[in-house]
Amino acid sequence: MKLTTTLLATSALTLAGSAAFSEAHMADTMTIVSWGGAYSASQQGAYHDPYVANTGITVVNDESSGEAVAKLRAMNEAGNITWDLVDVEAADGIRLCDEGLAIEIDHDTMLAAAPDGTSASDDFGSSIVSDCFIPQIVFSTTVGYRTDMVGDTPPTDICAIFDLETYPGKRALAKKPLANVEWALLCDGVAKDDIYDVLATPEGQDQAFAKLDTIKAETIWWSAGAETPQLLADGEVVMGSTFNGRLFSAIAEQNQPIGMLWDAQMLDFDGWIVPAGLPEERLARVMDYLMFATDTQRLADQAKYISYGPARASSAPLVGNHGELGIPMAEHMPTDPANSTNVFVTNYEFWADYRDDLDAKFQSWLAQ
Amino acid sequence: MASVVYNGTVPTPSLTGFTMPVTAAMGAFFGLIAGQSTGLGALLGIVVGAIAGAAIAFVLVTMVSYKVGRWSAIGVIGIIGLLTGGTIGLVVGLIAGALLGWCAYWLHLGGYRKSLPPYATSGQVLWHNTFKFICGLIFFFLIAPIITIIPLSFNAQDFFTFTPEMLALDPAGYSLKHYQDFFTNDDWLRPMKNSLIIAPFATIISVSLGTLAAIGLSQSHVPFRRGIMAILISPMIVPLIISATGMFFFYSQMGLWMEDNFGISKSLSGYIKVILAHAALGIPFVIITVTATLVGFDNSLTRAAANMGATPTVTFFRVQMPLILPGVISGALFAFITSFDEVVVVLFVGAAAQKTLPWQMFTGLREQISPTILAVATILVIFSIILLATVEVLRRRSERLRGMSPT
Repeated sequence: MKLTTTLLATSALTLAGSAAFSEAHMADTMTIVSWGGAYSASQQGAYHDPYVANTGITVVNDESSGEAVAKLRAMNEAGNITWDLVDVEAADGIRLCDEGLAIEIDHDTMLAAAPDGTSASDDFGSSIVSDCFIPQIVFSTTVGYRTDMVGDTPPTDICAIFDLETYPGKRALAKKPLANVEWALLCDGVAKDDIYDVLATPEGQDQAFAKLDTIKAETIWWSAGAETPQLLADGEVVMGSTFNGRLFSAIAEQNQPIGMLWDAQMLDFDGWIVPAGLPEERLARVMDYLMFATDTQRLADQAKYISYGPARASSAPLVGNHGELGIPMAEHMPTDPANSTNVFVTNYEFWADYRDDLDAKFQSWLAQ
Repeated sequence: MASVVYNGTVPTPSLTGFTMPVTAAMGAFFGLIAGQSTGLGALLGIVVGAIAGAAIAFVLVTMVSYKVGRWSAIGVIGIIGLLTGGTIGLVVGLIAGALLGWCAYWLHLGGYRKSLPPYATSGQVLWHNTFKFICGLIFFFLIAPIITIIPLSFNAQDFFTFTPEMLALDPAGYSLKHYQDFFTNDDWLRPMKNSLIIAPFATIISVSLGTLAAIGLSQSHVPFRRGIMAILISPMIVPLIISATGMFFFYSQMGLWMEDNFGISKSLSGYIKVILAHAALGIPFVIITVTATLVGFDNSLTRAAANMGATPTVTFFRVQMPLILPGVISGALFAFITSFDEVVVVLFVGAAAQKTLPWQMFTGLREQISPTILAVATILVIFSIILLATVEVLRRRSERLRGMSPT
């Protein structure tokens, strides 16, 4: 295993050899579950296509990450796991690991080390939020606005969402408490470091909902990340929250009159989990794929297609230009120093404990 | 009705008391739309529109002949539209001119009473035309959402938005790129292929089983007919999400069993699972349409066939089947469309390798609102129209050949 690791880290070419050598023990098709759209396309370009070119296997894409937890539970009960590798958000990765639906990973032996020899677990650092989670990207939830609807004073800080006087018009916010309650408290004068302490108390939660009440009548609630760019392009909302990659795509690739804020962006991780209960041949194939697809160069390559930051520290210097537009991508990463002056790192422990509770409160608040 | 249509001359209605005010009201309506969309204000639009409508009615009725009048109304309003609203204004103006000119002559020459008997009262005439108007509105609300997607599918941008270029009918605002994407992108071609594999097989199974069930259930000696019928059509009544959840667990086990015992691949067992699930959904439609056709079937024909020595199988294929064929075909059509449109069950039962077109459209809508979905929708609408038209033409032809009058 150690030998293979070294070989793989040196060049992708050797992979073809080692894969051919062990071909007999590996499945020749893989079902990879991801989010669809531009995100799946970036994984196709950076990971699947080169891997398929090296090994000749078939990769089937399933765009079901949105219901990954529910479907994995059902598959587990039915004893019929049809997925080989699943792309999930960090919080879902933690849940699946706790429920025993994902296998635990030894990051140092199962994943490639950085080119300078740094072990994988050090290279990924804090993005390994769970023993089952193999991080890929850092993304953020942030706010975009119509440049032609905000007058001469485009918003510069997050509290513009709650400022109906300066920026009248509809806003689009996620139909879930995550990010919304944090921003509400921040704009209600709670210090950034105290936010999760305050949110843990019923009074703090009420305070957050009271702040959200001030804009409830002017808010359109979205459930899919594609909705906010559509609403902005239509001019139906003056501003709205979504993932930074969606905004980059609308601004740089679609040339829409949209600007974006990096202030108080909510950083989050996205990565792979391997479902528990895979037959041996399929598991061997997934592990072989993961060794290749999560190395330093592959993670850096993904940033050619989409503006999400690679989760490995060693990948950051390798981030190049956009595949079609040729513009440098580093400055569009949520992790770029210029963009990350005021960053929120989602507190997973808090959300693991309070998520169900806050979700229920949020839904009943919405219905009021 | 046809025998009492009034073909004589209708007394010319009063110009100032009837034709001009009604045309003015219609003009006011167009003015309201124009005023709102050009930003001149609703009130100004209503006033200008009303005056224009009245003027058109007056000029057309008193000064020019029918043909000259219709064309000049179209021309004049079209030019006014062009001057105030550009290309799109021209189009709206041409339509408004055509409608206003038609309205003026229709009122003046008594077209509104043409299809009514002469003794109809004013109230009856008013109701007759209001009724026609309401029917038109219902038709409009049914068809307008489907029509809207067609121009949007030619959008040059990647959003579901009528861009300013599109509204100005600028060629730069339109493009075929979403159609190109559909026909070149594997993410769309594979689901298309899957749909075209799954739907026909599901249809064949539904039609065979559904027709046999309907014939059996129409025999008076079959016990528990109502109970069996209720069970067979239950997939149509039980909420789909519940059937789908049950099917997920049932077919998961069945798939594993097939793979273990027959050694078939996971991909093939996946197709079999989805086809069987869709067949179960399609059977109720076949049973209902065939049962309805069998009501009109004369059972003395089967007795006559038996009397001449035909076996029941021969009787079925040579006597009964040709007569109930229209019901079977429309049932098959419903079964096909059920499978072709179905998204809930395939999401549960299918794996990614069996992804169908509706599934891809569903994930496409959720994850990336791309107009490729609209291009696909447009193609499917055209495909459905062609399919239905073909079946209808074939049905009429067969009825004509067999000497039955088309109903």
